[in-house]
Amino acid sequence: MTTPTLSPSAPTSPLVGNVEQPTFGEAVSNYVSRVRGGDMGSLPAILALVVLCAVFVALRPETFPSAGNFANLFQQGALIVTIAMGLVFVLLIGEIDLSAGVTSGVAGAVLAYTLTLHHWAWYLSTLAAVVSGVVVGLVLGWLVARIGIPSFIATLAAFLAFQGVVLLMLGEGGTVPVRAPAIVSIQNDNLPVVWGWILGVVAVLAYGAGSVNTWMTRRRKGLLAAPIGLVVVKVAAVTLVVLGAVAVLNQERSKSAAVSIKGVPIVVPIIVVLALGLGFLLTRTAFGRHIYAVGGNAEATRRAGIAVSRVRIVCFLICSTMAAVGGIFAASRATSVDPNAGGSNTLLYAVAAAVIGGTSLFGGKGRIVDALIGGAVIAVIDNGMGLLGYSASVKYIVTGAVLAGAAAVDALSRRRARATGRV
Amino acid sequence: MTDPATHAPDLAPPPTLEVRGGRKNFGAVHALRGVDLVARAGEVTALVGDNGAGKSTLIKCIAGIYPFDAGEVLFQGEPAHIADPAAASELGIEVVYQDLALCDNLDIVHNMFLGRELKKGVVLDEAAMETKAAEVLASLSVRTVRSIRQHVASLSGGQRQTVAIARAVLWNSKLVILDEPTAALGVAQTEQVLQLVRRLADAGLAVVLVSHNMNDVFEVADSISVLYLGQTAAQVRAADSSRAQVIELITSGSNAAGTPVGVTPAAAVPSDRQNGSTQA
Repeated sequence: MTTPTLSPSAPTSPLVGNVEQPTFGEAVSNYVSRVRGGDMGSLPAILALVVLCAVFVALRPETFPSAGNFANLFQQGALIVTIAMGLVFVLLIGEIDLSAGVTSGVAGAVLAYTLTLHHWAWYLSTLAAVVSGVVVGLVLGWLVARIGIPSFIATLAAFLAFQGVVLLMLGEGGTVPVRAPAIVSIQNDNLPVVWGWILGVVAVLAYGAGSVNTWMTRRRKGLLAAPIGLVVVKVAAVTLVVLGAVAVLNQERSKSAAVSIKGVPIVVPIIVVLALGLGFLLTRTAFGRHIYAVGGNAEATRRAGIAVSRVRIVCFLICSTMAAVGGIFAASRATSVDPNAGGSNTLLYAVAAAVIGGTSLFGGKGRIVDALIGGAVIAVIDNGMGLLGYSASVKYIVTGAVLAGAAAVDALSRRRARATGRV
Repeated sequence: MTDPATHAPDLAPPPTLEVRGGRKNFGAVHALRGVDLVARAGEVTALVGDNGAGKSTLIKCIAGIYPFDAGEVLFQGEPAHIADPAAASELGIEVVYQDLALCDNLDIVHNMFLGRELKKGVVLDEAAMETKAAEVLASLSVRTVRSIRQHVASLSGGQRQTVAIARAVLWNSKLVILDEPTAALGVAQTEQVLQLVRRLADAGLAVVLVSHNMNDVFEVADSISVLYLGQTAAQVRAADSSRAQVIELITSGSNAAGTPVGVTPAAAVPSDRQNGSTQA
């Protein structure tokens, strides 16, 4: 039997081998036209972050820019950012998980229940908490992908049910303390100063080497590559941000001379590792591609032979598991778990973080870094308004307004993107 | 029921795809009530029929989207069971759907490799995919695309169709099915796509072209299979038939003259089925 092949004609193509490499100026103007076309990515969030920081620095020059408050931001934002990173997966496939907040509460309750009430070892309790997230995610994913319940309803039901589960596990007594040093230190202790520098430098070197390696590979194969100037600028920016943050966090921030508090909070490298892992999954693996494809056109993805419901279930699994990890962070920070853990504004802040960062509520568009940037915006609002002495009521109103603004930016840029042929 | 294939000449190589008596029901609706189709390598086989005749259902059955309820499928002479899209791909059957089945939020390369990404270990091999995608587009003489890293959403209808077809031929496929590839295109783009269709067949692939447009059909097709209310009315050689004859087959399901002009033996339809019920 003959195997038909197309004639190996046209060895030279304008698309490969001899592409015209863009100059630095062209790359920048391409980016500008992309933003104008509605493909803004995290730009609005970064601008918002800069403006918010400027405002709070101007209003509270003593407290807001202090090293102590900078460290606070990371510890306050840890829960939100962690849940938001998981939510990105669910949002990417065009679904929503309203139960992510209380799932973090369930994980916290499992942790406290096994650790304090049943005296398990801390690592077993941690494992149990994470497994509870996995189970929740599997059930939610199954309800949505296999049974066909709209995710809004399935996760709303879970939102209600899990509040009951938390109450049941913690008993009528209410707050259960979490005292295992390993858990408590996640959010309350810091890396030694030297380790902060070592990890920061390693991260920067790895990023730089990866960027240059990609650039050289693409150049060698004659593929379109970003101009080297742009690569250098990006690496320089990342170096500045990472090492700058390490430098600030390594300053002494104790108010009394008796104790010393300095170093990168332990939770920071944990979140960085989680973000790198999830980002790798999303951008470098076939499975990550399939997640975007399901969000873009589920039917096309199915016809391409991809098991769409499996992709959906895994996205819910990742979301709930990340929520569970966030629940452990929350328990560590509070050194206890109360029946309201993960309730009230937790979920809305996390959704807001992802959407403010540039993840679309319509599916198919979003990145892990969106959760980090959006989470920073939320943390800065929460922290800065607290320093200004505003009550919870005003914080809620402002955060709600910011979320509505972010969702409006999402919807409008989507409309603009459609008009200019970019999605 | 007579077996239409018993008259097939023994000398010729088996057709790339042969469907015999394919049936498909959706509840009480009999979408396909016995269809026969022969698609040979190096030929464009047009699949025509009025709205609701079952063209889309037939190609979805061949593609494994929903398998036949009854009937026989032979792929290169061997019986084949196509249970899902992956099985169809494995055989070398690729379908370009009317609604294109592209993901707007992915770029051209990722769309072309969707579901069959090239990997180094667990990591996507972007450079290899990009190189191969560009080569395939070049071999199809596609010169209108600015960059293969642009999102599909920014492409014109003809460009999207080209990407979808390029994706179908990326895998050394043996049978490419095109569902109304020119339906939404302008004159110039239609011409480009039809030339592309002809090139696919000339390269040795079996091409099935679903179309409403008799101009398109007679421009590129070698063989024409006519569906009428879920049944095959006839499969005729394009060179031996006239436009009027084909249109009559499409509208009435039979040839008024009673002489099935140029009917290929493999697709001759027993007369008891020509006058089958028309209530579908």
